[in-house]
Order: sequence, then structure tokens, then C-alpha cells
Amino acid sequence: MTTNDLVHFLVLVAALALTVPLLGRYMARVYEGTPQWIDRLALPLERVVYRLTGVDESAEQTWRGYATGVLAFSGISIVVLYAIERLQGHLPLNPGHVPGVLAPLSWNTAVSFVTNTNWQNYSGETTMSLLTQMVGLTVQNFVSAAVGISVAVALIRGLARARTRTLGNFWVDLTRTVTRVLLPLAAVAAVILALNGVIQDLGAPTVIHTLSGAHQTLPSGAVATQEAIKELGTNGGGPFNANSAHPFENPTAFTNLFETWLLLVIPFALAWTFGAMVRNRRQGLAILAAMTILWAGSALSAMALEAHGNPLLGPGVTQRASATVVGGNLTGKELRFGAAPSALFNASATATSTGSTDSTSDSYTSLGGGVLLVNMMLGEVSPGGVGSGLYGMLILAMLSVFIAGLMVGRTPEYLGKKVQAAEMKLVAVYILLVPFVALVATALALSLPSARAALTNHGAHGLTEMLYAFVSTSNNNGSAFAGLNGNTTFLNTLLGVCMLLGRFGLIVPTLAIAGSLGRKGRVPDSAGTLPTDTPLFATLLVGVTVIVVGLTYFPVLTLGPLVEHLVTHA
Amino acid sequence: MSPLATPRVAGLSVDGDQVRRALRDAVVKLHPRTLVANPIMFIVEVTSVLAGVFWIKGAATSSVATNVFAGATVAWLVVTVLFANFAEAIAEGRGKAQADALRRTRADTVARVHRDGAVLSLPSSDLRVGDLCEVVAGEVIPGDGEIVEGIATVDESAITGESAPVIRESGGDRSAVTGGTRVLSDRIVIRITANPGETFLDRMISLVEGASRQKTPNEIALDILLAGLALVFVVVIVTLQPIAGYARAPQSIVVLVALFVCLIPTTIGALLSAIGIAGMDRLVQRNVLAMSGRAVEAAGDCSTLLLDKTGTITFGNRRAVDLIPLGSATVEALAEAALWSSLADETPEGRSIVELVRAIYVIDEAVPRDATLIPFSAQTRMSGVDVAGRQIRKGAGSAIASWATSIGAVIPPDLTAVTNRIGSEGGTPLVVADATAVLGVVHLKDVVKPGMAERFAQLRAMGIRTVMITGDNPLTAAAIAREAGVDDFLAEATPEDKMNLIKSEQAGGHLVAMTGDGTNDAPALAQADVGVAMNSGTQAAKEAGNMVDLDSDPTKLIDIVEIGKQLLITRGSLTTFSITNDIAKFFAIVPAMFATTYPQLRTLNVMRLASPHSAILSAVIFNALVIVALIPLALRGVRFRATGASSILRRNLLVYGVGGAVVPFLGIKLIDVVVTALGVH
Repeated sequence: MTTNDLVHFLVLVAALALTVPLLGRYMARVYEGTPQWIDRLALPLERVVYRLTGVDESAEQTWRGYATGVLAFSGISIVVLYAIERLQGHLPLNPGHVPGVLAPLSWNTAVSFVTNTNWQNYSGETTMSLLTQMVGLTVQNFVSAAVGISVAVALIRGLARARTRTLGNFWVDLTRTVTRVLLPLAAVAAVILALNGVIQDLGAPTVIHTLSGAHQTLPSGAVATQEAIKELGTNGGGPFNANSAHPFENPTAFTNLFETWLLLVIPFALAWTFGAMVRNRRQGLAILAAMTILWAGSALSAMALEAHGNPLLGPGVTQRASATVVGGNLTGKELRFGAAPSALFNASATATSTGSTDSTSDSYTSLGGGVLLVNMMLGEVSPGGVGSGLYGMLILAMLSVFIAGLMVGRTPEYLGKKVQAAEMKLVAVYILLVPFVALVATALALSLPSARAALTNHGAHGLTEMLYAFVSTSNNNGSAFAGLNGNTTFLNTLLGVCMLLGRFGLIVPTLAIAGSLGRKGRVPDSAGTLPTDTPLFATLLVGVTVIVVGLTYFPVLTLGPLVEHLVTHA
Repeated sequence: MSPLATPRVAGLSVDGDQVRRALRDAVVKLHPRTLVANPIMFIVEVTSVLAGVFWIKGAATSSVATNVFAGATVAWLVVTVLFANFAEAIAEGRGKAQADALRRTRADTVARVHRDGAVLSLPSSDLRVGDLCEVVAGEVIPGDGEIVEGIATVDESAITGESAPVIRESGGDRSAVTGGTRVLSDRIVIRITANPGETFLDRMISLVEGASRQKTPNEIALDILLAGLALVFVVVIVTLQPIAGYARAPQSIVVLVALFVCLIPTTIGALLSAIGIAGMDRLVQRNVLAMSGRAVEAAGDCSTLLLDKTGTITFGNRRAVDLIPLGSATVEALAEAALWSSLADETPEGRSIVELVRAIYVIDEAVPRDATLIPFSAQTRMSGVDVAGRQIRKGAGSAIASWATSIGAVIPPDLTAVTNRIGSEGGTPLVVADATAVLGVVHLKDVVKPGMAERFAQLRAMGIRTVMITGDNPLTAAAIAREAGVDDFLAEATPEDKMNLIKSEQAGGHLVAMTGDGTNDAPALAQADVGVAMNSGTQAAKEAGNMVDLDSDPTKLIDIVEIGKQLLITRGSLTTFSITNDIAKFFAIVPAMFATTYPQLRTLNVMRLASPHSAILSAVIFNALVIVALIPLALRGVRFRATGASSILRRNLLVYGVGGAVVPFLGIKLIDVVVTALGVH
């Protein structure tokens, strides 16, 4: 890593440090319904939505009501998105005259975008019509992100409130997230991106004749608007197959840095929102600190690892960046960005459950790719997807409190809420489910010759490719390692099931925990209370995340990235 | 000696008999029907049988080295379960020994029962609730009951271990008697209040034996977590085989089971019930009977302690602490008068005056021979002595003042000021006078037991608020509260006040612990989260509380809280230890598993273990041995320090978290050296 790379990283940290508190505080006011300036703009729009949908803005829901809302909304979204994909050939706004999408891929894509995974078994420019992109996928980029944030807000309310059965209103939270958080931020971000060269139009693709005499189709579309919400909502489903490596999505080093910031800002800010809503900023800071340690650790390791090259290239090839070797180890990276900023982008994308990528993870060093894999394996909490990162981390905080709380001689409590058998049952389900889904699916796919055939590499690298796909989908990340042709009936179906389970299999227990905590009274703080707002607790939280969640994958990590690294460096 | 008092030795004290019995029980407990109560150990048993079957199936075709390795691994897996059973058995064993001793005292006695006007002789096992029994000196009380007639001294050492007899009488708060105790004098008639099999002694037996042991709320929650972690590793191991198959590194079932058993939290799984039993046992060692483990846990959670002033915070009686001469009297003159007037005074106050004067002032205490003692009378509200022509009187300020006025003695002008000052400090002024003048004032006060302020400070550091309950007026109460260092007090407290205080504390989210003995304490004892009834108290109080202190020592509430906390700390610490252990086990086993296919993995063999076989076997052996090594800690409990949660957490995380990560690296390496020397390769 060069000094430049480090400066690049520090600029990003500084930008986050400036914006996270502001956005965090703003979101707290949004979800607490505190009057503020945006009401003038958002209220009229929201009233229309409530009137059309018949939502009573003041009605509160129990956790069951809230969960029913989430499931109903998401279920309908999947059906609608599936229908649009299948029927796009007969629908308007199809300048490229693309036919309807086949059933397995439609299923996979519908689930993928509704679960905020954005795993893409297709290339957008040739498979999806403009209508599907705009009305289907981009809408889901907004609302699937809003669902995640709403669930996190419901969990915060469960912790912040006492002796109540209600957690707020899902429909109101969903609407407000879109109108007050995502739309305004995405609008500003889209303008900034467009000003810096990201394309934005509704025209047909342009065919040009290159100097060498070949024909080249230059794609077009409303890219800047899609790109903004793609990163902001930790979605990652890009309009182009090359995703953020495509110059029309991510043209310059600045847009690259800006998009990295977009990925991270809401997940980190939600930790601040949490602190504000529980009226204890330090509690939010502890969560934020744990997220930051994990993120910075993985980002810096990925950056450092990508500074090295592939030893198989031999001693004659210098791959480290220096005055004479500009860029250094650029295998799989864009020249526009360089090795370290690419690693920073991909590490941040995998840490935030964003499927975006500005370089080819498959071409990373074995351990560099391993870092991306570990980011997802930790359960997307560093800082994780919008909403899902916070609720995942809060669940891990409860687990940490339970283990450590016993050590101080009290029934464990988090923010004055006792963590007991009912919660532990749900926490156990939460912790268990994703490794279960990811590992069972990986084992299944690796045992089937037909599924193995979808791999372009074999041995340790092939194992990593398969593992990566299922870890990515089960954790609703959507990041693709590449090297796996997922567009088969079997993989489309199985990956879809993983995404579905990984999303709603966690949301339901999370809301149940929120409901259970909300009903409880609050035990007042005293010197005997386990402090959960200290550096020690943040460290403990990191330790629990790494040991309890991360170590689960140690055997498969050994057979994948570790073996590959050791064999190539032997 | 009482059966409970016999093994009252702190820490681990087990004799050879108990160890032998525990070893036998450890084998008996292998039965799946009993083992299923411990999910972690049950799953270890099932998987080790599975490993055994696969080892035997493949034995004929395997090399000697592989068979030695597989056989030893399977054997050590079974030993792991045996060690866990042994831990539980040894914890139970101590209770069983006590229960046996108690059973001997339950020997059937013959009761003389009044039924339908006749007196029948019935075996105590035929008694029913409501029967009236007559018991005379020398007889054993046939069942739990309440004295309805008479007064007697009773030897309760069978239950309390306290050899001094106690007085039990009808009516009031000392009317309860316990079956199995012996009447030493007089005759009483008792009404039986518990059917045979449900008596206090029966309950005690089942409690110390652990027969009625139910899992506590935190234990259940922990069990869920442990089961969840075990399930995660079931998935990890089951899916590892096909994934390893893809990597051309398939594993034998024995190796997979070994990895599985090492990864699931066996250490805490093995010791969990022993910790619980030992926690209850620690209470029994201190002569406290908890009716449920839930109550012990609640004690650890308590954030408010209600303590009765008298007997808990202060000695039961007022004591003289100072002499204040008034007018022209010297302190010696006052001391002499106070001493003489108190020599015949057998009240605790009187005795305390004698002690004070003897301790501080050099006075010839020989009382002139012609002294006439004037006992305290309700009319004069004074007592005293007439000696050598002097009339010496002591009594309350107003009583002495009116006596002095009536005989023309001098009343110093500052008398009222002094008595008021003492009153405002929470003391009681006792004025001493002779016929010529009022000599001065004896300052009587409630004396706070030594060390109380430090204990309350410790409780405060632990986040526990202490509230003193007293019938005194607010002024007196405030003074004593200040001196004792309690956080708050409730003065002029009625049982209703007490009840309201508990409810308001609970409404604020606090868990409340209290002690009590009277029938009017019963509702509050029932309402409190931890209600410790004094054994000397009424049956109603004992029924209402969830613990009984056999020594009737209210101060013990503080010990109970510490035991409750220690129980949770021990569980949490060993859970953390168990989880962090996994790091080293991963590094021992995983490289070893795949070493044949990928020899490059030796880089991960950071412990430099000799061979894949020795590495896996060493991890399994370490996993089993660590259970035995931690049995003493599980029985004794992790040392509890009365400090805040932050420092306890920091310390225990360092010892059990970081320690748990480091120790197995050393342990496994050491075992590997031994195992290799023994020829495993």
C-alpha cells in the first residue's frame, strides 16, 4: 500500500466521520416523528400514499402486525416483479426489444431484488427492458432497502420503549424511509454522479463504428439515478454487467470514492440513529465502533493484500506499485481506480451487503478474495446492509451481553432489557440460520456434478467460487465472485431459496425479539450493570462476531482461500 | 453436630467414599435416558457411539496406526462424557451425604394425638394436618406444627446445627416447631401444619439431594445458546464432508466426530449442572435453604436490599457509649453513680453501662454493703439504688426532672439541650441524678455492628441499594442510617409501608430482597423477589419466603446475594472459556485433517504438533481433561469480588476469555508431546 492509498482511505473515513452523525440524527427525527424542515416536502406526498393505500398513519402495530406487513409487502413485490420480467416483451418501454425472462431467472431476480440482495444471474443491458429496470428493479432498490431500515427501526423501538406491545407502523416507516431518507439522498447523489460523468438518458443504445472497423454498441439508460440508489440502498444490482467497473456507472476516481461513501453512509449512520433513539449516544457509539473496527480491519487488509501480486508470475515481474511500476498489482482491477481503491470499494461492498463491484473479485489474490468472503460470513454487520447491518449487530450485541453478562453476576440485560430464554431462542435461530443455509447449499451444489459444471475453475479456487455464491446470497449481499455461471435452473432456484431464507428467516426472529423486548420493563442502570457503551464492550462485540460467527466457516475457508494461498506461495 | 454442619468446609472437600460413589454414578449416568437432560453431553455420547461403530467397521482394513488413533479417540470421547457425569455426580454426592444424615433424624416417632376427645398413639407417618399432638420433655416433635398450648425449650440442632436450645411458645412469632427436633423441657401441644412427606425436613432432604432441582431461568437460556452452538457445528461438520470431498480431502467419521466434539461447548456443557448444584450447596453450607434455584439466581440480580435495623444493622439493644457530666459534677462522680445504679440492672442497657464504665473509667466498683436496689417501675419510670445515704436514680429525662424538682435537687440549665442533642443524633439520653443534683447524662444508642459500613459500600459498588427498615422515628432513623452507611431508610415502618416500598421498587424495575420472621412479614416476604425467612420465625413467614435461614441471621442476606452472583459468574466465565477454547482446537485439528491432501497446510500447524493423528487426539484429550481440571472451580465457584460490573467484566474476560484462548494452545502441545512419546503417529 502506498501513501496515496492510505490518504484515499483516510479521506473516506473523514467524509464518513463528518456525515454519519448528521444523517444519524436526521434519521432519528424521521422515525420519532419529530417535526422538521422536510415535512413541508414529504408530508403532502406521504398523505397521498396513505390515502391511496388506506394506511392509518397513527395506528401502531404489534411485532406480528409489523412482520405480517413486511412479509405481505415483500411477497406481493416478488409476484409483481416476477410478472413484469416474464411479460416485459409485451410491455412498453422496451427499446431494445428484449423478450420475456425465463421462469428460473425471473424467480431468482425477483427474489434477489426484493431481498435487497441484488444477485444478478444476467447482464442488465441485454436481458432487462427499460420498464423492468425502472419500474421493477429500481423501485425494489428503494423499497427493499426501506424494508430493511424499517425492521431495524422496529428493533430500536423495542429496545427504546418499555411495557408496550407496539413497535410502530411498518407502512409508515416504509413510506417515510423512501420519502425522507432514500429519495432525497439518492436525488442529490444522482446529480453529483451525473455531473461527474455517469450517463443519464432514456434513449436507445448507440451503435458506433470503431477505428479498427468493428461495430460497438454503446448502452444508454437512466444510469445515474439507478447508480445512486444502487449504492445508497446497499443493493448492488447495476444496470450493466460490469457493474461499477463500467465507465458509464463509475467513470472516475472521484465517483469511485463517492460511491464507496454512498455504500457506507446509511449503515453507519443507523448506529448513530440507534444511539439517538435510545437516548444514549454512547450506546450507539459502541455499536458504531465495533462496526468500524471490523470494516476498517477488512478494508485495510484487502488493500494491503491486493498490493501483492500473484507469485506464479515469477520473480521477473514486479507487481508492487512504485515510481516505475504505476498501479502495481492491477490484475482484475480498473486502471482508472488502481489496486487499493478497488480493494477498498469491494471490501466496503461486501461489508455492507452491497453486490456492487468495481473490480473482479475472482482475480484478487487468494487471501484478498478471502477477506471479501469473510466480510459476508460475519453476517453482514460491518456495517452491513441498510437496516440489516444494524439489526444483525444488535442481535450480536445481545449474544455478547448474554455471554459476558453472566460473567458479572446478573441476569444479562441490554439497555435495561433482560435477555432471557425467549430472546436467546430467537438469537440462536438468527445465528444458526445463515451458516445453515449457506453451508448446506454449498455442500449440495458441490456434490452435484451438474452444479459443479457451472464452475470455470476447479480445486480450491472453484470451491471458493461456489462457496462465495452461496455465502453472498444467504447473507443477502449479492456480490459475485465471478467464475460461476449461476444462470442454470438448479442454481437460479437454489440461490433464490437461499436469498429468501437469509432475508425473512432473519427478519421474523428479529421482529419477534423486538416485540419481546418492547413488552419488558426496564431495569435501571447501576454499578452492577454490565456497561455496553464502553470500548471494552465494543471489543467484546468484535470478538464474539469473529469467534462465534466467523469461526464457523474456518474449515471451509481453509479448503478455499487458505489452501489456495498456501499452495501458490509454497 | 448437625448433618448440615458436618461438611461445612469451604471449597472442595470430598472424601474417598464420595469419589468412589461419584465414579460409579458417572457410569450409571451414561444411560441415554438420564443423559438426555444434558443436550450437549447427550450429543457427545451419540456421536462417539457413531464414531465407535465406524471405527470397528473399518478396523479390519485400516493400518495399525490408524486403528490405534481411532480407538484412542473414541475412548477419549467416551471419557469426555464420563468426566461430565463425574462432575455432576461429585456435586450431587455432597448433597447426598447431607441428605442421608438428615434422613436418619426423620426416623419414625410415636405421636400422642388428640382425636375425638381421646388420645391415640400413632406413628408420625400417620399424622394429618390439623392433628393436635402432645409432646413432653425428652420427646422428638413428630411433625411440623404450631404450638397452640404451652412453652418449651427445644433442641433444633438437628436442623440448624446450633447446639443452644431455643424457646418456643404458643402465640406470637416463635410458635413454629419443626418435626425431628427435640423438646428439652416442659410440655407443649402442637397443631400439625404439614402432612408427612411434605414437612420441612422432607423438603430439606430433597433440596440438598437435588432431587427437586429444576433448571433456573438463566440456565435454560444458556442451555438454548449451547444447543444453538452445537447445532451450528452439526451443520458445519455434516456439510464439511461433501465440501472436503470436492477438495479431494474426505475425512473419516472418527475425525469428523472428534472435530465436532472439540468445537461444541463441551466444557460448560459438562459442568453446567455441577455449577448449579454446587451453588445451592454453598447456600446449604451457610445454613440457608433455598426453595428453588430461581430464588438463588434472583438473589444475584437483586438491586435493592431491605434490611431490618434491629439485629441486622445494629445489635439488638441500645448500648451506653458516652457519659456527659452536667453542672458541677465530675465525670468520675457521674460514672460512679451510673455504675452503682446499674450493677443490679439486668437489662441489656444496664449491663452496657457497667461495661462502659469498667472499660473507660477507673472506679472502685465495690458497692457499699447496705445498698438497696430500687427496681424500675412503670409509675416512676426510674430505677436506681439507695446507698450510703445517697439516693441515686436513673431514667428518662422527664421522669428524673420531675423527681429532682420534687426533692429540690439542682437541675443544670443545659440538661434539656444535652438530651435534645442526643435525641437528634438518634440516641437515647438516660439521666442520672442523686438527691442533690442531676449529675449528667448517659448516652445510649443503637450500636451499628462493626464492618457494616464497609459491607454497604461494597454493595453500593456492586450496584445494590440498601434500605434500612425501622420502627424508629425519622430523626433517629436518619442518624443510624447515616452512621451505618445505608443508602436510604424507611422510618416508623408498618408492614403496609414495607409492602408499598417493595412494590414501588419493583415497579421501578428493581429486584428486592428482604428478610423477615413475623407473620405480619409474610405478605412482604411473598412479594419480594427474594424473601429470606428466619428459621426462628413463624410458619407463615417460612411459607411465604423462598429461602429459610436456619441460623436466623438477617445479615446473611448479603452472603446470599454474593452466592447468587457467584453462581452466574461461574457459568458465564466457563461459557466464555469454552467458546474461546475453539480457536486453538481449530488450529490443532483443521490443518491436521487436510494435511494429507494439502501438505502446505503445515504452516497453520502453529503448535508444531507431531502428526495429524497426534494433533487430533491431543485436542480430544485436552477437551476431556479440561473438564476434570475445572471441576474444583465449578464446585467452588469463580472468586467473587464485591466491585462494579466493569472491573469484574474486565478481569473475567482477561482470565477466562483471553486465558481460554491461550491455555489450550499450551495444553494441546503438551499432550501432543506425551501422546507422541506413547507411540501415536
